[in-house]
Amino acid sequence: MLVLFAHPRPDRSEVNLPLFETAQNVQGVTAVDLYARYPDFSIDVDSEQAQLIAHDVIVFQHPLYWYSAPSIMKEWQDLVLEHGFAYGLHGKALHGKTFMNAITAGALSEAYSTEGMNHADLRSLLAPFEKTADLCGMRYLAPFVMYGAGRALEDSRLDIHRNGYDDLLKALVADRLDLDKATHASVLTDVLDDFILKGEAV
Amino acid sequence: MGLLGDAFVYLCAAVIAVPIANRLGLGSVLGYLIAGVVIGPILGIVGKETADVQHFAEFGVVMMLFLVGLELRPAMLWKMRQQLIGLGGLQVVGTTAVFTGIGYLFGLSWQSAVALGMILALSSTAIVLQTLNEKGWMKTQGGQSSFSVLLTQDIAVIPMLAVLPLLAAGNGDGHGGGDGSDSHGDAAAHGGEALASLPSWAQALIILAVIAAIIIAGRHLLRPVFRFIAEARLREIFTATALLLVIGIALLMDFVGLSPALGTFLAGVVLSDSDYRHELEADIEPFKGLLLGLFFLTVGAGIDFGLLFGAPLTIFGLAVGLLSVKFALLFALGTIFKLKGADRWLFALGLAQAGEFAFVLFGFAAGSGVLETGLLQTMTLVVAISMVLTPALFIFYEKVVAPRAVATSDREPDKIDSRGRVVVAGMGRFGQIVSRMLLTSGYDVVILDHDPQTIDNLSRIGIRTFYGDATRPDLLHGAGLEDADLFIAAVDDRDKQTLMVEHVAKTYPNVKILARARDRHHVYELENAGAHYAEREVFEGALALGRRAFTELGRHPFRSRTKAQEFRHHDLAMLDDLRANYNDGGVDTSYIDAMRAHSDTLFEIMRVDRGDERHERTERGWNPPPKGDATL
Repeated sequence: MLVLFAHPRPDRSEVNLPLFETAQNVQGVTAVDLYARYPDFSIDVDSEQAQLIAHDVIVFQHPLYWYSAPSIMKEWQDLVLEHGFAYGLHGKALHGKTFMNAITAGALSEAYSTEGMNHADLRSLLAPFEKTADLCGMRYLAPFVMYGAGRALEDSRLDIHRNGYDDLLKALVADRLDLDKATHASVLTDVLDDFILKGEAV
Repeated sequence: MGLLGDAFVYLCAAVIAVPIANRLGLGSVLGYLIAGVVIGPILGIVGKETADVQHFAEFGVVMMLFLVGLELRPAMLWKMRQQLIGLGGLQVVGTTAVFTGIGYLFGLSWQSAVALGMILALSSTAIVLQTLNEKGWMKTQGGQSSFSVLLTQDIAVIPMLAVLPLLAAGNGDGHGGGDGSDSHGDAAAHGGEALASLPSWAQALIILAVIAAIIIAGRHLLRPVFRFIAEARLREIFTATALLLVIGIALLMDFVGLSPALGTFLAGVVLSDSDYRHELEADIEPFKGLLLGLFFLTVGAGIDFGLLFGAPLTIFGLAVGLLSVKFALLFALGTIFKLKGADRWLFALGLAQAGEFAFVLFGFAAGSGVLETGLLQTMTLVVAISMVLTPALFIFYEKVVAPRAVATSDREPDKIDSRGRVVVAGMGRFGQIVSRMLLTSGYDVVILDHDPQTIDNLSRIGIRTFYGDATRPDLLHGAGLEDADLFIAAVDDRDKQTLMVEHVAKTYPNVKILARARDRHHVYELENAGAHYAEREVFEGALALGRRAFTELGRHPFRSRTKAQEFRHHDLAMLDDLRANYNDGGVDTSYIDAMRAHSDTLFEIMRVDRGDERHERTERGWNPPPKGDATL
């Protein structure tokens, strides 16, 4: 599986960088820091497409900026998900793969509800990613999210979340995540154990 | 034998003995001493004239103190003041006191005992610093403490030179100072015939004026003089000026009756803040090295073997006693100053010997009669033997002490306060931009350039630059490259640049080298010379201008950027692809063919602008889907 990570100031990141380090240490995960690989935004379309083909699960790991991802991820989508590759009559390269957002949000979970400040839940706000996955023929999983990321360190929630991320990635690599259940959930975070299939080791 | 014959013998001995001694890990000082022993007492080739030669060679000490002064930037001294005064001061004073006591017990007059105590308190800067650097122990706590103490000792030599004649005067068998009260000051006591007829207050006044003149002239006069000389671009004249300066000050000090070493030391300190420091150092260094070498040769040649074989037990007993007493004192000092484990051992073992300054001061003491000849002969032997035993002490530390200390792991992490520095060679158009980028971001950068005009302009806007030809190995060494992390090579001359990179890559394998290249072939040359990364000097700038040209020709600015990026991407790919071709056979037919192929691709990429069939293959910016197929 492939984790594409985007954070424009990793030196100021309290949560995302540790999470990225977690991802880097999971066997079977290719973890890429997009801002490090393309500091000038000159994305190498060919090699990115080849990398997509080589992986079954694609994770966008990023902080939520304006209900979306940092700009390099949008640039990456614009250039890499080409017509004829990711969509269109002959664009079937990504069919059957799995896509997921692993994100951090500044606001608390209460803000992401129809009654809350944002008047919508998180998953519906991430609709552009979901629609993109749909159009590319990929299965979209509910997002893995940390709310209130700005105070995660102070509240000592980081390690719990890191362990959760570790479990999630390992389950995905070992093909032990209940994909159907994960597809229909609203978020994966709080009840992660429900989604991980028990049973003998693979 | 004539002058040439003597020179031949001395040089011959040095050329044979010193490299061998160095290879054996004994250091150059011991090499010279051994060479002296061989041509003197053993072969008997030289003999009578050594005293004259030694007198001449003592000028090497004067130069050494000039260089010591050059190293001592006042700001640095200020920063180290606690270590220098506390640790270093206590070492010098304490050891002097103990040896004075021992000497007195052995029946010396108190004056002789004090003189001997002072002399034996010094350690060998040359042997210890060289060993610390070679073994990479300089940055340890023990190494740093040793350095502080050695520095204090080097400075302490100055007052010692002043005090020795005073002791002689009081000793009764001295040669002067009988013309009045002792309160006349140093000058009256040791020479200064030119001023002898003046009253003492006038002498003091003149001496103060001379010192003030050296400081003021050093600050305000020498800089323009050096710039003028440097602008003439005659290397040998710059060297001559440096020599002239040292000799002139030595003469002046002699004239007013002060120690020449004190004067040149002072001049060195004054000039240590100047832009020409590294170049001066590089110029004086060889003279100092040779003269000091000559000096040690004469010491070796003067060693009395009859004495050694007459009473070997006494001599060796004294040497071992000397080492033991100094070791004990240093170990105690190290404990007081909170050195732990291996660091304390390194500090105490390393500095336990007596040093080369002892020979100088012995000579001086002999001249003024404060120590009697028999004692001098014995002590010269003792000092030499204590130095010969030093490498063994270091080996003991390395093989026995250090491994155990690691096992008990109470060793502090190495100090890294002076690491992380950048050395930039060449402050032309290119180097300036890089240096400013680094400097304004707060990095510590040492800049070298050989154009006086550039240096001047830069110092006017507050950028410190050192004058000198950065392609000279000694200057790179002087700039502290062995402690740097990064070397940026930006010298104008293409071949010099490559040679410099090659030298740095070989000599300082731990330093990352970033190099400015003239063109693509130069990139390959620099890479082969050992550069970790080479950037063509005009590449990025030309891309920016080309991009602007697209815009001026009517293209949308963002489209101009994309096309420039596209070109850049392709050109870098070509740089990679042609490397093997170039390294195989230079610009041969296969290279030309590969280049032509690339050129064709490039034409294809750059010419395409709108959606014909080919664009999907060649151009990877965003493109609209074909009409009618946008959403399946």
